[in-house]
Amino acid sequence: MRLSLNSRLSVISALLPALLVMLVVYVGATSWTVWMSLTNSRMLPNNNFVGLRQYEMLLGNDRWITSVHNIIIYGVLFVSLALLIGFLLAVAIDQRVRAEDTIRSIYLYPYSMSFVVTGLVWQWLLNPTLGIQHVLRSWGFEGATFDWIVRPETAIYCLVIAGVWQASGLVMAIMLAGLRGVDDEIWKAARVDGLPKWRVYVSIIIPMMGASFATAAVLLSTGVVRLYDLSVAMTNGGPGIASEVPAKFVMDHLFERANIGLATAAATTMLITVIAVVAPYLYWRARKGEMR
Amino acid sequence: MKVFADQFTKAGGTWVDSAVAGAANARNAAISRTVAGNPPAAMQLNTGKQFDELVEGGLLADVDAIATEGNWKGVMPAAIIAAATRNGKMYAVPINIHGQNWLWYNKAVLASVGAAEPKTWNDALAILDKLKAEGKVIPLAFSGQKNWEQNLFNSVMIGVGGAQMWTGILGKRDASLARSAEFKAVAVTYKKLKDYVDAGAPGRNWNDATNLVIQGKAGMQIMGDWAKGEFVAAGKVADKDYGCTVLSNGSGGYVMGGDVFVFPKAKDPSTTKAQMTLARLMLTPETQIQFALKKGSIPVRSDVDTSALDACAQKGMRYVADKAQQMPSGDMLAPPAMTGALQDAISQYWNTNMSADEFSAKVAAVLKSQE
Repeated sequence: MRLSLNSRLSVISALLPALLVMLVVYVGATSWTVWMSLTNSRMLPNNNFVGLRQYEMLLGNDRWITSVHNIIIYGVLFVSLALLIGFLLAVAIDQRVRAEDTIRSIYLYPYSMSFVVTGLVWQWLLNPTLGIQHVLRSWGFEGATFDWIVRPETAIYCLVIAGVWQASGLVMAIMLAGLRGVDDEIWKAARVDGLPKWRVYVSIIIPMMGASFATAAVLLSTGVVRLYDLSVAMTNGGPGIASEVPAKFVMDHLFERANIGLATAAATTMLITVIAVVAPYLYWRARKGEMR
Repeated sequence: MKVFADQFTKAGGTWVDSAVAGAANARNAAISRTVAGNPPAAMQLNTGKQFDELVEGGLLADVDAIATEGNWKGVMPAAIIAAATRNGKMYAVPINIHGQNWLWYNKAVLASVGAAEPKTWNDALAILDKLKAEGKVIPLAFSGQKNWEQNLFNSVMIGVGGAQMWTGILGKRDASLARSAEFKAVAVTYKKLKDYVDAGAPGRNWNDATNLVIQGKAGMQIMGDWAKGEFVAAGKVADKDYGCTVLSNGSGGYVMGGDVFVFPKAKDPSTTKAQMTLARLMLTPETQIQFALKKGSIPVRSDVDTSALDACAQKGMRYVADKAQQMPSGDMLAPPAMTGALQDAISQYWNTNMSADEFSAKVAAVLKSQE
């Protein structure tokens, strides 16, 4: 069936605003950012082309290198731990426990808080002179030491703790939905075969829950790329530059250090990295779609 | 700010406040409005390089006529005048001076180890040693955030290195100076201070550190004169409960920062007139003293009656009156991109076991990259 000219026009005019927004806001702003990264803009944007000089500076910048290291550590640990703990919580709740609703709400509760609140709470808990270490020592454990947040080597793991604490509840909710979707017949069949429960989870249930894992992993990964507020609220990138992250590098250089050129170079590098990770996945998905 | 607003209203103007939380945010909001062609009639910045590019872009109105009329050049420190002047014309109204490198100390704590007010960094280190040996208080109250790590470093750089080091590094960006033995001495002294700081320092806010001094839980703190507000709020009296001084090796000592107002060019002549009225009355001796009392800073004019100010502010006025003591702040000498890069280097040096040599090589590299 072919649409008449009239209705085709109305389709186009209906889509036009969305198309314009996409072109101007996404493509426009992104190209502007890339262009800025090739200039020597400081406080105000200018058009003095300097080639890849900002990228050279960026790669020679310790703070940027540390930021990239940190985001990798954080990304890997955060996603895998949140998935693991979230799944275990869901399995625990799935055992038909009493007061399931209450427990579920408690686990999901951290997710309703902003990263800023989470960060501040954990900053207090982890502070050696106020938090956990202080309490343990006041209870008589004189040698108790938990000062990760003030040590440059370990500060990034404090961010992981807070991040996992916040996100596990969400993973649990997704996993629980997945578990509830598993047919009871499978459990019955497994029981008839005399399989132990853990075996059923590992060999049957987990492979069946691919979609739940994928959903949770995608949600968590987007959180990794835009990690900013947690670092600001918990450690402000410190001690030193130990817990800096790329998004914070961009924000600081854009707004506090009046260095638009370097900031946009960092932003562009982030974009390219994300595309490099996502593109093969999209390609694979497209191929899979064709084969069907 | 209310002091200015009241005076302005009295002079027949209408004050519309557009306050934005956070200094950097406020700056960016005002600058984007200016660039977009809808400038505020006046905006507040820190004394320094922040408005360089606005002047270059021809976006600011100069206040030279008002400055001549009010004899600003006769009553303000040369460094402040220079920081407000571009291409021979004044483009900003300096409204106050903040000392950035004050040493605040709890008098009772220092008296408990029989120490008098330190004059140099060596004096201060000797006192810190005594306090550490006693082990009753934290010798040096510290807030381990990047900007305060930098502020402490700057205080050591001016106090140990002196005026030449200060202007050589920050003003002339002399990379060879960063590799000199004198600079390494500064770096070593700075790192030594870490021995006197407690484990809770990283991430602490500056005012929490000040309160450690107020409560006698710590001996001393290096902080700008905004810390005085905390002492005042706690009901402490300058020169009785707490003392204040600036450590110096004799050549230069008092690092002057401060705030300025700039006026974006306006299309409407009545706005221009209002801007000039505001510029004029900000610098009247009466407004100056009222503002300094509220803000804890000192007046930018040397000819105001200081009897209403407290002992520390009066001390500040005496430092500023001495030409040899006046040092322009880092913000006046170097653009934010450079001070920011230095901040990262200083913070890394403080928080890791980087050697003084590595650190000076790093600083030299930062200075070099600034052309």
